Amino acid sequence: MTMTKRLFLRTIAILGLSISAFAHAQLRVEVSGVGANQIPIAIATFADEAIAPHQVTAIIKADLSRSGYFKIIDTGNVMSESTAINYGDWKSRGADALVVGSVQRLADGRFDVRYRLFDNIRSAQLSSMAVAVQPAFIRVSAHKIADDIYEKLIGVRGSFATRIAYVTKAASEYRLEIADADGEGTSVALRSNEPIISPAWSPDGSKVAYVSFEAKKPVVYVQNLVTKQRTVIANFKGSNSAPSWSPDGARLAVALSKDGLTQIYSVNADGSNLRRLTNTNGIDTEPQFSADGQSIYFTSDRSGGPQIYRMGASGGDARRITFQGSYNISPRVSPDGKNLAYISRRDGKFQLFILDLANGQEQRLSDTAKDESPSFSPNGRYIMYATESGRRGGLAVVSVDGSVKHTLTTQAGDIREPTWGPFMK
Amino acid sequence: MRTLKTSVFLLSVSLLLVACSSTKLDESKVPVEDRAGGATMPAADPRSVGTVTAGSTDTLNDPKGVLVNRSIYFDYDSYIVKDEFKSLVQAHANYLIANKGRKVLLQGNADERGGREYNLALGQKRAEALRKSLALLGVSDTQLEAVSLGKEKPKALGSDEAAWTENRRADIVY
Repeated sequence: MTMTKRLFLRTIAILGLSISAFAHAQLRVEVSGVGANQIPIAIATFADEAIAPHQVTAIIKADLSRSGYFKIIDTGNVMSESTAINYGDWKSRGADALVVGSVQRLADGRFDVRYRLFDNIRSAQLSSMAVAVQPAFIRVSAHKIADDIYEKLIGVRGSFATRIAYVTKAASEYRLEIADADGEGTSVALRSNEPIISPAWSPDGSKVAYVSFEAKKPVVYVQNLVTKQRTVIANFKGSNSAPSWSPDGARLAVALSKDGLTQIYSVNADGSNLRRLTNTNGIDTEPQFSADGQSIYFTSDRSGGPQIYRMGASGGDARRITFQGSYNISPRVSPDGKNLAYISRRDGKFQLFILDLANGQEQRLSDTAKDESPSFSPNGRYIMYATESGRRGGLAVVSVDGSVKHTLTTQAGDIREPTWGPFMK
Repeated sequence: MRTLKTSVFLLSVSLLLVACSSTKLDESKVPVEDRAGGATMPAADPRSVGTVTAGSTDTLNDPKGVLVNRSIYFDYDSYIVKDEFKSLVQAHANYLIANKGRKVLLQGNADERGGREYNLALGQKRAEALRKSLALLGVSDTQLEAVSLGKEKPKALGSDEAAWTENRRADIVY
């Protein structure tokens, strides 16, 4: 605890831009801007880590530097969890913390990944971990180590081991893809020749709801990522869109036009028990449950242009939430329920904003012009959103205070509709 | 005017394509059957002649008729079927009333500016305006379905006024 506090208070002024570019196969990551409080951390090369399909320490370093909270000190050493530590040495090299470890191949083909985290100031071990995993889970293990380091030193649960879903478009093919939060380790959940929009993770991370146009009109599906089973959740006359899960995973809020213009309904996760939640003669869409499940935020044009409103989870009176600007859409509530991320049009530019729901203060978090689809990291520290550069869609991540930003771009094609998945067990 | 020309052109292109593909298929069939050496299907007599009857009574695909026009354009931020499209809507209404077995999908679209879901709802407003117009003219509700493609299927690519105007549209799809 004192370690956390001391490291947090320590301010290291860093001028200019820090760029970490890692040679990634599919997504290119660029980091710009740094946090004010950066913890200097030495990460030694893990003993024998070259035998694994992915270099564990490279993933840990990339995660931590991308977070904006750490300054990585390269050690140039190989240090396993049993190497003797000279704390004074590391302290004099400017490292407040030290990470060591090893990778071993087990007889059954799995890899044994071990790590230790040391506090060089207090000359003590802070944490350790040892896991035996299949080769396919080496990346996840590295992200979990990064999560552990983040949590022990920052005091907040890390979200490096979470996943993201997004849609790519290349030529005439649309794909719903799932990747690690760093954009690596991609897999295709759905391929289609028609558009796919609005993916939404189930709270347990096992399913994704989305809108597919394969039937010449928008229809809402839920797909189990493991079993590939697809269930039609809403295919009523007219358009079916904008799925959002209730926090307990039992229901989804959707936008349907079955009764005329687009209105909000709720439906059980198996497609049963449809109930209408809004009743206006305009547009009500983009429902989003709050983290406590008590309310639904949504976009409505009842005042003329689109603005964000909040109502009870079973409908009823709605209260207007956004007042700045004439076009505010795509509400997303932070996991702690205190902030709202949304897209606002200002001077013809569509940009990411965050609103403090307690005091009504808003802050612009992006300086681009075609931003869409914000989503919070499950620890609430970052927002991922779609942006555009040079006619091509890319993904960007910004810290909620706006200080750290990085982008993920693909080599070919468009990438859009990102949504950050939940913490996984 | 532009849409009429475009449609006539597209129709002729598709007729041409149909003609081409059927020729190719016929040619490729013969060697396949020879190699199989099977007698499952008798080879087509190369001297046989099929008959096509011209002048079908269905006016829907008459390239000279008004029904080949199936797009209704909307002003920016507007969801009212403009007067200039009233006669076209009336013609489709007449056809649908005379052909109760026909169903149409009314697909609304939006320009690329703004969010995907909100644009989907805006496209729905255009499709719904067209659906109401047809219903008011006496077309049965069971023949009509108003849906939206939002900004997902732009007819005109590009980020200029011309492209945006083209994409603020509702199409009648038979």
